[in-house]
Amino acid sequence: MKRESVPQDHARAFMGHSKILYAEDASGHLDRAPSDGWEAEEIVLDQAIAEYARQAAAALAAARAGSGSTLAFHMFDQRMDMLLLAQSTGYPRWRVRRHLRVGVFARLSPTIRARYAEALGKTPAELDRVPESA
Amino acid sequence: MTAATDVEITFDHQQSAHCESGAIAALLRHAGLSISEPMAFGISGALTYAYLPFVKFGGLPLFAYRMPPGRLIRGLTRRLGISMCMETFKQPEAGMRALDAHLAAGRIVGIQTSAYWLTYFPPDMRFHFNAHNLVVYGKRGDQYLIGDPVIDIRVECAADDLRKARFTRGVMAPHGRLYYPQTVPAEPDWARAIRSAIRYNAGMMLHTPLPLVGVRGIRTVARKIRHLDPTKARYNKLLLGHIVRMQEEIGTGGAGFRFLYAGFLQEAAEVLGQPVLREIAEELTGAGDIWREFALHAARMCKGRMPMDFGHLADQLQACAARERQVFARLRAATK
Repeated sequence: MKRESVPQDHARAFMGHSKILYAEDASGHLDRAPSDGWEAEEIVLDQAIAEYARQAAAALAAARAGSGSTLAFHMFDQRMDMLLLAQSTGYPRWRVRRHLRVGVFARLSPTIRARYAEALGKTPAELDRVPESA
Repeated sequence: MTAATDVEITFDHQQSAHCESGAIAALLRHAGLSISEPMAFGISGALTYAYLPFVKFGGLPLFAYRMPPGRLIRGLTRRLGISMCMETFKQPEAGMRALDAHLAAGRIVGIQTSAYWLTYFPPDMRFHFNAHNLVVYGKRGDQYLIGDPVIDIRVECAADDLRKARFTRGVMAPHGRLYYPQTVPAEPDWARAIRSAIRYNAGMMLHTPLPLVGVRGIRTVARKIRHLDPTKARYNKLLLGHIVRMQEEIGTGGAGFRFLYAGFLQEAAEVLGQPVLREIAEELTGAGDIWREFALHAARMCKGRMPMDFGHLADQLQACAARERQVFARLRAATK
């Protein structure tokens, strides 16, 4: 890649920052070249974020309807999935899957709730709350 | 708690492409060894290609363009004869105290963190990745002064956030890992280190027993893409997007570290006095350009800006594989 073809697509996600790519200068030497975004990266980043948002929105609707736990919403809202939440808490997957059920979550012990709260960067009380419908 | 004393150690922050090579190169430069990021990356022997279908991220397989976190620093320091001091901690408090003690002693340190809990990252760039690396060079009140290799400016992070980032659990959990070079040779044997690293990399790219690593790994992924089930449109898009993110977004310097490695080969050509390495670097840059084109086309297909064409993407990957086979075969011959 030549230095002049380093993409500068002003990616929104970079918020004015830029990243370093290595590109060829006039003499063919590869050197650091800043890029403030690239179409390809922006597409796939938006796609990944939209996927978390979609899952969080579905979990939120389920939590409001009482068919899903608020824990499931916070999990997706913090860009996690069941596997990642299991790894971040140290609980086996089957237990996390069970804890995500609305009835089981309501009866969790304070110790277990604290562990989930810690992994999700919340206070235990915050785990019960979901955003008001906008 | 120890009394909050402000410390700021003189540190030359330079933005780099990748966090691990950037952090270790910065630490070594600070210790008086003149080394560029491409050189650090190249000597580590960390370049690779790996498709690991049994390791899942968000339900998608792992595509790696370099060796697992930690191997970069280990490979580099071993080949250059640098001894590193590495510390991990069971208790977060102990880890934070140790960090403060190093700073108070005037020592800058590299630390491993989760990228998600670092509040200075733009929100859309925060993902659960536990092997981010950064350099801490001071503390002002409750704020740590940080040279994050992938960020263009110096940043700060509050103690509570940094503690959380250093002590997340899960895959590749950092356990508060903190490191700094202990003894750095004044004049390491560059030529020997470079040759050893190139031979190691060529071996990995060309001769792996499993068709999941190296050039054969690229071919496997090409075949997998060619035979994706068109009825699973949703999964296909997620998979392709995931591949592109692993290749481009995760601080690779472009084309999944290929440009960074080509930069290393150019420097190596000077050190070893072998102009042929310059030619091979150019060939690898050419392979990198195909990787970039693949990423752009795959992304556009995900977005519907190009018609979905698995055969076309597979052909591009096969072209990358063919080029890289040639590049590493030539490298092997050049470092006999």
